Amino acid sequence: MQKFSGFSLIRQALSGHQGWQAQWRTPEPKASYDAIVVGGGGHGLGAAYYMAKEHGLKNIAVLERGWLGGGNTGRNTTIIRSNYLFDESAALFDHAVKLWEGLSQELNYNVMFSQRGVLMLAHTVHDVQSFKRHIHANRLNGVDNEWLSAEEAKEFCPPLNISPGMRYPVVGAALQRRGGVARHDAVAWGYARAADALGVDIIQNCEVTGIRRGVNGAVEGVETTKGFIGSKRIGVSAAGHTSVLMAMAGVRMPLESYPLQALVSEPVKPVFPCVVMSNTIHAYISQSDKGELVIGAGTDAYTSYSQRGALHIATHTLDAICELFPMFRRMRMLRNWGGIVDVTPDRSPIIGKTPVPGLFVNCGWGTGGFKATPGSAHVFAHTIATGEPHKINAPFTLERFRDGLMIDEAAAAAVAH
Amino acid sequence: MSRFRLPKGGRIDRARPISFRFDGKSYGGFVGDTLASALIANGVHLVGRSFKYHRPRGIMTAGADEMNALVGVGADQTRYTPNMRATLVELYHGLVAESQNRWPSLGFDVGAVNDFLSPFFPAGFYYKTFMWPKPAWKQLYEPVIRAAAGLGKAPTASDADRYMQCYAHCDVLVVGAGPAGLAAALAAAETGARVILCDEQREFGGSLLASDTDTAIDGLSAIEWVAKAVEALARHENVTLLTRTTAFGYYPHNFLGLIERVTDHVAQPDPALPRERLWQVRAKEVVLATGALERPLVFPENDRPGVMLADAARTYAARYAARPGTRAVIATAHDEAYRAALTLKQAGVQIAAIADMRPQAEGEWPAAARAAGIEVMTGTAITGTRGRMRVSGATLARIKGDGTAEKGEQFACDLVLMSGGFTPSVHLFSQSKGKLIYDEGLKAFVPGASPERNRSAGACAGETGLHATLESGYAAGEGAVRAAGFGGGLSGRSLTVTEKISAGGGFAGAVPHGRNPSFVKAFVDFQNDSTSKDIKLATREGFLSVEHVKRYTTTGMATDQGKTSNMNMLGILSDTLGKPIPEIGITTFRPPYTPVTFGAFAGMSRGELFDPARRTAIHDWAAEQGAAFEDVSLWKRAHYFPQAGEDMHAAVNRECKAVRESVGVFDASTLGKIEVVGPDAAEFMNRMYINAWTKLEPGRCRYGVMCREDGFVMDDGVVGRIAADRFHVTTTTGGAPAVLNMMEDYLQTEWPDLNVWLTSTTEQWAVIAVQGPNARKVLEPLVGDIDLSAAAMPHMSVREGHICGVQTRLFRVSFTGELGFEVNVPADYGRAVWEAIWASARRFDAVAYGTETMHVLRAEKGFIIVGQETDGTATPDDVGLTWAIGKLKKDFVGKRSLARAQMSNPQRKQLVGLLSLDNRSVLEEGAQIVANPNEPVPMAMIGHVTSSYWSSVLGHPIALAMVKGGRVRLGDTLHVPMPGKTLQVKVVEPVFFDKEGARLND
Repeated sequence: MQKFSGFSLIRQALSGHQGWQAQWRTPEPKASYDAIVVGGGGHGLGAAYYMAKEHGLKNIAVLERGWLGGGNTGRNTTIIRSNYLFDESAALFDHAVKLWEGLSQELNYNVMFSQRGVLMLAHTVHDVQSFKRHIHANRLNGVDNEWLSAEEAKEFCPPLNISPGMRYPVVGAALQRRGGVARHDAVAWGYARAADALGVDIIQNCEVTGIRRGVNGAVEGVETTKGFIGSKRIGVSAAGHTSVLMAMAGVRMPLESYPLQALVSEPVKPVFPCVVMSNTIHAYISQSDKGELVIGAGTDAYTSYSQRGALHIATHTLDAICELFPMFRRMRMLRNWGGIVDVTPDRSPIIGKTPVPGLFVNCGWGTGGFKATPGSAHVFAHTIATGEPHKINAPFTLERFRDGLMIDEAAAAAVAH
Repeated sequence: MSRFRLPKGGRIDRARPISFRFDGKSYGGFVGDTLASALIANGVHLVGRSFKYHRPRGIMTAGADEMNALVGVGADQTRYTPNMRATLVELYHGLVAESQNRWPSLGFDVGAVNDFLSPFFPAGFYYKTFMWPKPAWKQLYEPVIRAAAGLGKAPTASDADRYMQCYAHCDVLVVGAGPAGLAAALAAAETGARVILCDEQREFGGSLLASDTDTAIDGLSAIEWVAKAVEALARHENVTLLTRTTAFGYYPHNFLGLIERVTDHVAQPDPALPRERLWQVRAKEVVLATGALERPLVFPENDRPGVMLADAARTYAARYAARPGTRAVIATAHDEAYRAALTLKQAGVQIAAIADMRPQAEGEWPAAARAAGIEVMTGTAITGTRGRMRVSGATLARIKGDGTAEKGEQFACDLVLMSGGFTPSVHLFSQSKGKLIYDEGLKAFVPGASPERNRSAGACAGETGLHATLESGYAAGEGAVRAAGFGGGLSGRSLTVTEKISAGGGFAGAVPHGRNPSFVKAFVDFQNDSTSKDIKLATREGFLSVEHVKRYTTTGMATDQGKTSNMNMLGILSDTLGKPIPEIGITTFRPPYTPVTFGAFAGMSRGELFDPARRTAIHDWAAEQGAAFEDVSLWKRAHYFPQAGEDMHAAVNRECKAVRESVGVFDASTLGKIEVVGPDAAEFMNRMYINAWTKLEPGRCRYGVMCREDGFVMDDGVVGRIAADRFHVTTTTGGAPAVLNMMEDYLQTEWPDLNVWLTSTTEQWAVIAVQGPNARKVLEPLVGDIDLSAAAMPHMSVREGHICGVQTRLFRVSFTGELGFEVNVPADYGRAVWEAIWASARRFDAVAYGTETMHVLRAEKGFIIVGQETDGTATPDDVGLTWAIGKLKKDFVGKRSLARAQMSNPQRKQLVGLLSLDNRSVLEEGAQIVANPNEPVPMAMIGHVTSSYWSSVLGHPIALAMVKGGRVRLGDTLHVPMPGKTLQVKVVEPVFFDKEGARLND
């Protein structure tokens, strides 16, 4: 792997940058692999990388229907945080944050992880109760999360409107200082380059059309648009399309797929220092390094596989943003897009084994999968490589829905009385 | 007048001069000018700086595709808007604009050092560096990058303007009012169909507004034809004409978003008018007549101020009477540049030469140019320019057979015009999920089939020439209106057009040159400074998909969203990868077509109107008493009623005591209420709620608990059986809509056989709770026809009768543990009855109390609040409600889930009470509970505090909590670690007051 650094950039500048090599190869698939990951997003590429790096598997392929990072990796609003309520979630997401903190160096690819702080706004008595519960649980789990008064929140985020006359006044906020954002495309590309350097075959434009199972029910490989590719270990990491893929192996998933929209403004000079989320009035916002305000909200109301959403969702998102930040009313929406999110009954992911021997799945991240990318990839790699879950993803089984052992992070949004 | 303003012609109103300021300097213009045309007419070309290299930039286009001339507009921060395209900003008297992304000034910009360092800043350089030392990313690199990036500055003050929204239906929506759109609208309007015609410009006409003087349609000049067409359309009552209105988004099922700019062009707007109006239009049929955009040529130094699109320069001269320069070099691969050359020559611009990349140029326009004495050099490319703040010369060179060019010849000039042909504006068509087809002749994509009911006409469909454009417009209008179900059509239409025809042609990609490609900058995306060598670098690094190239080089990601850059990027990729363009594909078109103001999306949804605030009939009374309110879902609820000098705790202590000792009155109107009626009402209730309802007699009540399908508690409330076939169901305040939705969902989709009707009656009933030992005495004098005695009306019963002469449903229920009633009266009588009850209650030293006191009183009794004790993860058993489950029922929502193994795990969190061992610390709600306080982090948490209050009645704090295996821990001491200290608590039964319930049944 050609090393990236300021020095290499200067050296290459002298030759007009003619010396840069491809960041990953474009191989044709082999007849079979020790492990196949279906889905070339951050989670899938990361899983391949960690399998090669930490589990000694050398003969791995990542199959991507389109282009690397073209799914939710390249469509999300890049918020990263780990101040989740339940022990299982906090462990999983904080595992990810710890990996984020060294990821640029690990991959020798600047993923621009920016720990600028994630501020979650409380507007009601119920919000305060819920946030305090998070903060106490996080403290005892070793996850940073602190309570700010409305005035302290404004000091941290000067554009914030904390006028008591608002329809839903800001009464305080929970702040995770280690939270932030990262450059989404770079995560996919960084993992792809590092995995490729370890010998992983990354095969784009290769759609999986079937999952072949043997007489004993175990997987034998996948049918693809580039022909059959054999493997006894297959990990599905194809957010937005998991149900369709798993159905190919006869597994019915407890997932519903919804469009989720995001939008950006035209770029402006730095004006917004952190990430702000408001669950009560449904909006979140940060400013990219390029200067665009990056904005998102909840999913559309109806299930769909169409990567676009309805106008009224964007409309409601922006009225919330304008309410919280009246100075942004004259800012303009530059681009509005959609992705598909797979949602589980308890809003927590499924990472683990399936009823089909040799078939593993990583899915159900709902609207929050990007933040978990390195952590999820790391434990999924462990699961595929060893056949058993890592202790961090052990609770995130498919069976929990059958057994009733839920990890319901939607708890934070329980009904108000 | 400036020598760059032509003495006559154009669509400007010379009788109405305007003065405006740009970067602090005063200039003059006319009504009808854009900021760009006025600047050009003043000889100003340097208008902005590019994003990355801070290169000086001028005005390149005359429309929505402008990527260089972005300015901040607005005299003060309450009306300041950054990143406005000068080409779309209409001039008004007193307009103040400034350039962006430069410091300290546009002429001398320190950031321009980036241009000299640009060899170190190729595409994606930031992915390769700034990683060492690690902390420097946050401390140094990122702040520097962030400060360098961005274009304009966000306003610092709240917007002073208002925005409105409206919805419209029509039979035919025509987008774009150039020749094709006007023709389509004329054809459609004739039939009586409802037609909406919109166009982004200040006046209809599109390209016809810059028409050649000798063009004629049906014997009229182009301008006359436009005027006649608009007049004809305006005569139809069924036609809505929207100028200054951009159709920006095409959503499913022919739903389009339009943004109308109402006052931005006015110096002193009528305060009654909104700044912008968002139209949301559902159209039976859509005609897209969105025109085409000229493509720049990608040649070295193609970005200097004074380099323009040829058709833009022509537009400035013909439409705005502004002369964009004195001596022009023209580089083209398309006939339209010859047309521009002729118009400009007429306007007094000297044409140094026309360099045509094509080996031959023999059409009507080249012939006319040659006849006018203009030097035409075919097989010739432009290979570079000179000048810094303004172009001062260009190099033209013959193209060699090997795809490079000769050394070339220098031409002095102050204007370089370029034309790579035209790209149809298929943005909206593509947003409609229509398929695009590559047209090799045009070197562009044209519309194919769409799943929506639309058709494209004119230049956006790939038509060239005015006659063909008008024909396709008429045909599209007729086709659309027929498809919308209207007969007839335009009667007696004639169409004769006098015009010269462009032979077409075009070029997409990088113009050949003989210079070292590594060391020249030929811009593809001007604003983002992405060059042809960046695109080649991306392919070298393995970014082969067009989406990857876009993202790695940022080509097409600027504020014009690739309008001028996409096709050239594809052309370069095609060359580099040796693949034809259609195989490379195209990036996805997304809304909006041009940027749309956030405020317009928000519309009137701001302040009080952000969400409707729901207020009860008794709200004003509470406000008059000085109540503090809290938001509970959409409702404003009285939180507590402070008297002079009281804080919340003092008020709540007083209110609690009064209820326990005498009586209190509480506004419970916000509770959700659903009337469940029908022969199968009891069966329906049996299925929806965990309780059994069959045996509940009319006149009796029961506390109902509802689970979701997953077996977790979703809602609760008292249900009264009014009659055998009628239930009065109450829900939580916040849960009412979800409960009704779930009921309707089940009724309509799972049990359509049940004969039941559901009606929300939340706002029909005002509910007044009268609670306390004296409650009966308060009500007795007011109620004539209901016997309130304990024998006649026991706890958990309901009676219909009258109170103060008003019809009532009177419940005997209690959420306080005291003798209590809830008086339901029609909401219109709510306040009157409340006041009568209040007058009666005051004889007993009564209080009005709010939600906080209600919370304390119910906690003393161990009554749960759904959403506080439960959080979507608690089963009925977890919160001690197993008794409520109808054991003999075959099924109810959630039953199957409750049978899952883990749902009866004894280690689940269970509801318990907690007492602070120190007898004075009020625990914090949400605080976590541990068994071993000395464990290191991460600690094993076994529960959390759900409710916690000071009980003035008991004289010590009380708390409810959910604790793992809590019911077998009664009597245990547990620990609540707080920052800096750990509190000890004793686990007790979750009932603190009147455990036997004697007071309830009094």
